[in-house]
Amino acid sequence: MYIKKECVAMLLAGGQGSRLYALTQDMAKPAVPYGGKYRIIDFPLSNCTNSGIDTVGVLTQYQPLVLNDYIGNGQPWDLDRLHGGVHVLPPYQTSFGASWYEGTANAIYQNMSFIERYDPEYVVVLGGDHIYKMDYSKMLDFHKKNDADLTIAVQQVSLEEATRLGIMTCDEQMRVVRFTEKPKQPESTLASMGIYIFTWQKLKKYLIENENANTGSKDFGKDIIPAMLQNNERLFAYTFDGYWKDVGTLDSLWEANMDLLSPSVPLDLYDNDWKIYTRNSNMPPQYIGSNAEVENSMIAEGSTINGKVDFSIIFAGAKIEEGATVNYSIVMPGTVIKSGAVVEYAIVGEDCVVHENARIGVSPETVENRDEWGIAVVGHNVDISEGAEVLPKDIISKNI
Amino acid sequence: MGAKKNVLGLIFASMHDSDVIDLTKKRTMGSIPFGGRYRLIDFPLSNMVNSGIKEVGVITKSNYGSLLDHLGSGREWDLSRKNGGLHLLPPFSHVDSGMYRGRLEALNGVWDFVEHSNAEYVVMSDCDVVTTIDYKAAVAFHEESEADITVIYGKYPYDSGSEQTATVLGINEEGRINDVMIDPQIAGECNVCLNMFILSKEVLKNIVINSASRSEYSFNKDVLQAKKNEYKMMAYEHKGYFSKIDSVKAYYDANMALLDTENRDGLFIKSAPIYTKIRDNGPVKFGLESEIKNSLIADGCVVEGKVENCVLCRGVKIGKDSVVRDCVIMQDTVIGNKCSINSVITDKNVEIGDEKIMTGSASYPLYIGKNAVI
Repeated sequence: MYIKKECVAMLLAGGQGSRLYALTQDMAKPAVPYGGKYRIIDFPLSNCTNSGIDTVGVLTQYQPLVLNDYIGNGQPWDLDRLHGGVHVLPPYQTSFGASWYEGTANAIYQNMSFIERYDPEYVVVLGGDHIYKMDYSKMLDFHKKNDADLTIAVQQVSLEEATRLGIMTCDEQMRVVRFTEKPKQPESTLASMGIYIFTWQKLKKYLIENENANTGSKDFGKDIIPAMLQNNERLFAYTFDGYWKDVGTLDSLWEANMDLLSPSVPLDLYDNDWKIYTRNSNMPPQYIGSNAEVENSMIAEGSTINGKVDFSIIFAGAKIEEGATVNYSIVMPGTVIKSGAVVEYAIVGEDCVVHENARIGVSPETVENRDEWGIAVVGHNVDISEGAEVLPKDIISKNI
Repeated sequence: MGAKKNVLGLIFASMHDSDVIDLTKKRTMGSIPFGGRYRLIDFPLSNMVNSGIKEVGVITKSNYGSLLDHLGSGREWDLSRKNGGLHLLPPFSHVDSGMYRGRLEALNGVWDFVEHSNAEYVVMSDCDVVTTIDYKAAVAFHEESEADITVIYGKYPYDSGSEQTATVLGINEEGRINDVMIDPQIAGECNVCLNMFILSKEVLKNIVINSASRSEYSFNKDVLQAKKNEYKMMAYEHKGYFSKIDSVKAYYDANMALLDTENRDGLFIKSAPIYTKIRDNGPVKFGLESEIKNSLIADGCVVEGKVENCVLCRGVKIGKDSVVRDCVIMQDTVIGNKCSINSVITDKNVEIGDEKIMTGSASYPLYIGKNAVI
């Protein structure tokens, strides 16, 4: 027996996140660690729970092991419910055959029966590649007030960014007049955040039509939204002016972590009224040693710091040995940085060992040609041998 | 092996409350915050869980609100179970009797619960010892030595001149207990009872029934001491790291001991994690001018000032240009800017304004009560 839900959330977590390279070789993008003790998916999941949405389908496809394990029964996000709760929805086989999720719209289409069980009025469609705190219930109020068929969350971006995003042109009532994917000459700077609220019956109709039309892309931005606009459905843009950051590339992932150390960035992880929940690792508190130097950094439980750490994010269970230096870097869970090693402007993945006197990355000031500079990246479970060097822009996924 | 037999865990959350009266004014011994992110009960509870004990009863006495809040359904210790799991046992007394006076009366009050368990053995522990111990090995010892009662002890420098309280054991060559001294007037390394006992349910039942009929209530005095010839009482040495909390000073020292890497490695063993209630705080944030030396700092802390030789519990805030040295700061305490705080224990939720100076001493740390505003 299923109890009717007003609103069900569908979280698209199947993407490979190929622009994160070494970090997503064996885990889906939403499972990538962020902010010392979180994974990216903690943000949309916590937003759901904090917004009063207790029924969430997580659509997985690419490398789902870490993600499935992580979500488990949903308890850390208070999503282990008698009715609803979090459900991992992988692609499946039917009597007609089996198919992978072919596009964002197709992924939802294949799980219409999951949604129908709760007979919802509205469906929230979310991505798993952004860091933000947002109250979806306010967006839903906006949706209802406008009697909308689709509400798209939007944010003002720079003109340059607008060329890489889905751009909305709206009238005074924020009704969407035009929608262009990645326009060369943007006529507005209102960008879609990839957060949609659909009136379910409308979405259902368009999903079925899209599936029958068989366009090949089966995508919300490319198919569903243009089709709805063409038919003059009621599409509205909901402006969100809080912190919202894409973490789909190595640079943006690094920046989004560094944002946590900037006093001017309005992403508060210490707000008791909007907690970001995460699966706990049951580790003792962090220990900062007698010879350690720690400044302007975020350090998670279970880590031991005996070296020098400045402007960095150190994840659970990481060890920074005496004589090691970590600047402007992200050191993911369980990684050990040995004595004499220097890690600067870098991302080091989970469970790596950076041996004595190895060097990862350099600061941009030391590079003459700025174009040659970039973040150095080491993937998960990689050993960097004694004295080895990882240059800026290098992406290492095997032991060196 | 003990693992095959069912073992019931019993934790006494309120024994020794009077040893640390400041800290237990509004809570039980078991719910005293410790080591940055834990409460004292987390240690016996996690030890039992990690030793394969699947059913645990927690015996409380008074002021147990914070304990109930901490334990909840027991899920965080993996004890929210259909069979067994965590059972909270608030005091039960008959109309004409009062609150229980000691361990034996407490056991008598909850005997129905023990009786209904299908366990063959009972492991009892108080909350005054911080340690990681494998009860599986201790139960195996109990079986092999065919003991009626196994008392777990540790070698420990005891000094009657200090505030310490302890039950000290005399042990013969076979490991049998031949002398039991309660708070003796001696000093030096002693075999100190760690207030952990293993008995079969049958033996425990006899003890509880017999003592009830004689109005005896002290397990240590009326059983261990008085009946050491009647029962075969064996001593099992716990060789791992432990600290015994029998005074506010001992509580302070036990926290400070965790700043020693060797002690931490002895207490926090990867294969036997210490579980606790999750608070969902952000990681620790260190500010631009922060300076931290030799400290244990739990999630949710925001440190702008200087911290040296401290244990900071979850959600503590330390303002700019403040210096905090040799302190145990419990959760959600806020210390303002330009303060100088030395050798102080602050209880939960203390608020210390700007430019305050407070100094205790390592031998007599200054204690500031819960919710105090300074």
